[in-house]
Amino acid sequence: MSDVILLADHDGGKVAKTVAELATFAKRGGTPVAVILCANGAADALGAQLAGTDVEKVVAVESDDFAQFGIPAMVDVLAQLVDSHKPAAVLVASSARGKEIAGRLAVRAGSGIITDAVDVAADFATTQSVFGGSFTVSSKVTHGIPVITIRPSAIEGASTSNTPVVEKVNLTISDKAKLVKITNVQPAVKGGRPELTEAKIVVSGGRGTNGDFTQVEAMADLLGAAVGASRAATDAGWYPHTHQVGQTGKTVSPQLYVACGISGAIQHRAGMQTSKTIVAINKDPEAPIFDLADFGVVGDLFAVLPQAREAIQAKRS
Amino acid sequence: MKIAVCVKQVPDSWAEKKMVGGVLDRAGVDAVLNDLDEYAIEEALRIVEPLNEGKETPEHTITLISMGPDRASEAIRKGLSMGADSGILIADAALAGSDAIATSKVLSDVVAAGGFDLVFCGTESTDARMSVVPAMLAERLGWAQLTFAGSVKVDAANSAVEIARMTESGVETMSASFPCVVSVIEKINEPRYPSFKGIMAAKKKVIETKSLADVGISNSEVGATGAWSAVADAQARPPRDKGIKIEDSGDGGSKLAEYLAEKRLV
Ligand SMILES: Cc1cc2nc3c(=O)[nH]c(=O)nc-3n(C[C@H](O)[C@H](O)[C@H](O)COP(=O)(O)OP(=O)(O)OC[C@H]3O[C@@H](n4cnc5c(N)ncnc54)[C@H](O)[C@@H]3O)c2cc1C
Ligand SMILES: Nc1ncnc2c1ncn2[C@@H]1O[C@H](COP(=O)(O)O)[C@@H](O)[C@H]1O
Repeated sequence: MSDVILLADHDGGKVAKTVAELATFAKRGGTPVAVILCANGAADALGAQLAGTDVEKVVAVESDDFAQFGIPAMVDVLAQLVDSHKPAAVLVASSARGKEIAGRLAVRAGSGIITDAVDVAADFATTQSVFGGSFTVSSKVTHGIPVITIRPSAIEGASTSNTPVVEKVNLTISDKAKLVKITNVQPAVKGGRPELTEAKIVVSGGRGTNGDFTQVEAMADLLGAAVGASRAATDAGWYPHTHQVGQTGKTVSPQLYVACGISGAIQHRAGMQTSKTIVAINKDPEAPIFDLADFGVVGDLFAVLPQAREAIQAKRS
Repeated sequence: MKIAVCVKQVPDSWAEKKMVGGVLDRAGVDAVLNDLDEYAIEEALRIVEPLNEGKETPEHTITLISMGPDRASEAIRKGLSMGADSGILIADAALAGSDAIATSKVLSDVVAAGGFDLVFCGTESTDARMSVVPAMLAERLGWAQLTFAGSVKVDAANSAVEIARMTESGVETMSASFPCVVSVIEKINEPRYPSFKGIMAAKKKVIETKSLADVGISNSEVGATGAWSAVADAQARPPRDKGIKIEDSGDGGSKLAEYLAEKRLV
């Protein structure tokens, strides 16, 4: 069976949840080989975290150049591994970085590329949800080794008894991949809350919060949810841009999405309308968000949210 | 300094989009300049304007480059009315249905031939939403990639650029020397509205139209036939079931809690 390469995302210390998801997709079409590109000395600890997933082999390249030179350096190495492994496909998690890596790799390898797949079959035919989820498209790469980026949380990563061995490979990074220098990194502050794209429940606030997210956050914490925001809220500086949901923010598809003080502009809907259940709280009965909502409350979020919280707490005790 | 800005004409992002036979139905929707490319034009203008201040003929210029149908010249014209100097439109019947691979090939060949120092892009075209063309341009041109910029500092005298890359993983400061591909996020600035004077001036600005042959690319490399991925099927998502809507008359929160409990969501 041929290898299917998946790029294992990590933050230096922890591998991302998406790696297990990519491996489960990869297994459908071949042997899942995880590629870890990391700093010197980091590979063993990262590789160990892939035990128990569908990953069967781990290939690690250690170099401090990745942190210094970023995406082009990663692509340089990944392209060499694709060359030597001749995989049936390359899978990458959809994120700003993942898509850029995939795009450059596709050009380098002479491959077709599909981004933002939500499903991948054994023959690497993909399903995508486009135009903010209003259309479902099946496509296929028709030239070269398929390069596919897959949305986080599109599948539950399987649990296995695999304990893949970490094979360390020495590869040189070419000078043309060293044109950009990364001089400072401020990682996104991760609070105690789940990641937006991984969360089962998302509670979002918009302009209707008037800058006060305490009710939105309190509801999120009660439900174990991630906090999202509309662009109006992130533009106003009320919430970090990393929490923006929508066309130019993140695409989420949780079990439950609670939109508080969000009108439901088409660009916001583009990032959340495939959520399983949608709840909206909005003062304006004409707000377009109500067209999507499974349950809508026409009311003031500052009255509805605290009351809902109390009632949920009462039900639980 | 010569700056190119890649701009795309897209269906209005405020309109509902539909697919017909696996391709986007562009006919029923107004075509506009991709909103996100306006930020790229604005940023380029903010870089050159102070440098050109007081000069009779601008020493630092902005050229808008677009690949698309003939009417994409309207999108270029809008950018010219914001203040860019000239435009290049690559229009050719054979280009219809091109994928990102082909688009990046055409754009990079035009950029390479133009002697530019910097190329600016938006982070995403609101129709294709792939967010890959800028990275592909950097790969093809062999230029430095400075993408997802939330701020850009250009030191023209020293041919140096520094950006703050803002993505879900945080903020990275990165720098490079010319030539560079820069893409900007929508938080970077507030694009100007074209002034009346700008609109009048734009009428006199030159948009050069090139065919594929002019660029030196063969028909087989582009369009639906040259695409390296293909759509097999496209289905409209079934409409959502009509939901419940209640008016809060003092018990909206409790009713919401009941609904969530019923659905086993809490
Ligand atoms: C190219 C482009 C990309 C974009 N990308 C995104 C994106 O990624 N994400 C995104 O969200 N937007 C995006 N937008 C912006 C989008 O068009 C809207 O402007 C934005 O979503 C509006 O945010 P909002 O719903 O919070 O604000 P508004 O539209 O102002 O709505 C606020 C709502 O709050 C309600 N409200 C006010 N007070 C209360 C209260 N006390 N209780 C309850 N309800 C209250 C009001 O009735 C109103 O419906 C984009 C736009 C463009 C052009
Ligand atoms: N046909 C095109 N003509 C000019 N620029 C384009 C074209 N397609 C994409 N771009 C540029 O690439 C960016 C990202 O587009 P995409 O990768 O399609 O999401 C856009 O914001 C534009 O700056």
